[in-house]
Amino acid sequence: MSLYRVFDIAGTGLTAQALRLNTTASNIANANTVSSSIDQTYRGRHPVFAAEFDRAKEEQGAGVKVLGIVESDAPLTTEYNPSHPLADEKGFIYKPNVNVMEEMANMISASRSYDANVQVADAAKQMLSRTLTLGQR
Amino acid sequence: MAISFEKAFGLHPEGMLLREKRSAILADNIANADTPGYKAKDLDFATALTNAQSRQSSSISRTHEKHFQISTDMQQEVKFRNVEQTDTGDGNSVDIHRERNAFSQNSMEYQASLNFLNSKISGLKKAVGGQS
Repeated sequence: MSLYRVFDIAGTGLTAQALRLNTTASNIANANTVSSSIDQTYRGRHPVFAAEFDRAKEEQGAGVKVLGIVESDAPLTTEYNPSHPLADEKGFIYKPNVNVMEEMANMISASRSYDANVQVADAAKQMLSRTLTLGQR
Repeated sequence: MAISFEKAFGLHPEGMLLREKRSAILADNIANADTPGYKAKDLDFATALTNAQSRQSSSISRTHEKHFQISTDMQQEVKFRNVEQTDTGDGNSVDIHRERNAFSQNSMEYQASLNFLNSKISGLKKAVGGQS
């Protein structure tokens, strides 16, 4: 039954989009986390998606998988603020390279995609439950 | 005269199997709506139905992942979609609205086939049980 596969596929989509929402939440939460050295500064995190293939039948797809999470290599914001408690000996603090506008757009895109996958699973559920009662009327 | 289920049900069982297959393909497109480099696919329904009716497609089972994949499909049923939108830069060709419409249309067509089958079955039941 391919309909059971639809659940698996929509499930992989849900997992991936939920992870994307998670990283977005983490990025927004840490958007103002300053630190006193470049190495310790938070960097924006983004998941990398790739298409998953069914290993038994290579021609058919089996949803989406998350290859990993990469840290953004955009330049950090350096600010001269000697009065800040976390300022280093030269008086600089370092701010994360998170663009809050980008993250908000990312969040909306992820939640829309999540909705789409939920609707797919819902439709598949309806199709299945009606098939299971075939001929019983 | 015997009752032939094959004749009574007609094309609907094969059609429903193909609709199921298509729903998996469309669900894959929707799940990969944000995957870079993913190309949207769809089932060529006419070809698939012809193959299903004549049962031409068969493949040799593979017991090792390095075996060649050999199948006697006359024509490939699953094809890449023609792209109508401009490339957004990540090589992804999924138009999410189109896929969602296609998915719900496909599921309605599946349920239509179900309804046809249901009425055929109740007709057969009537024929077997007689008027009472």
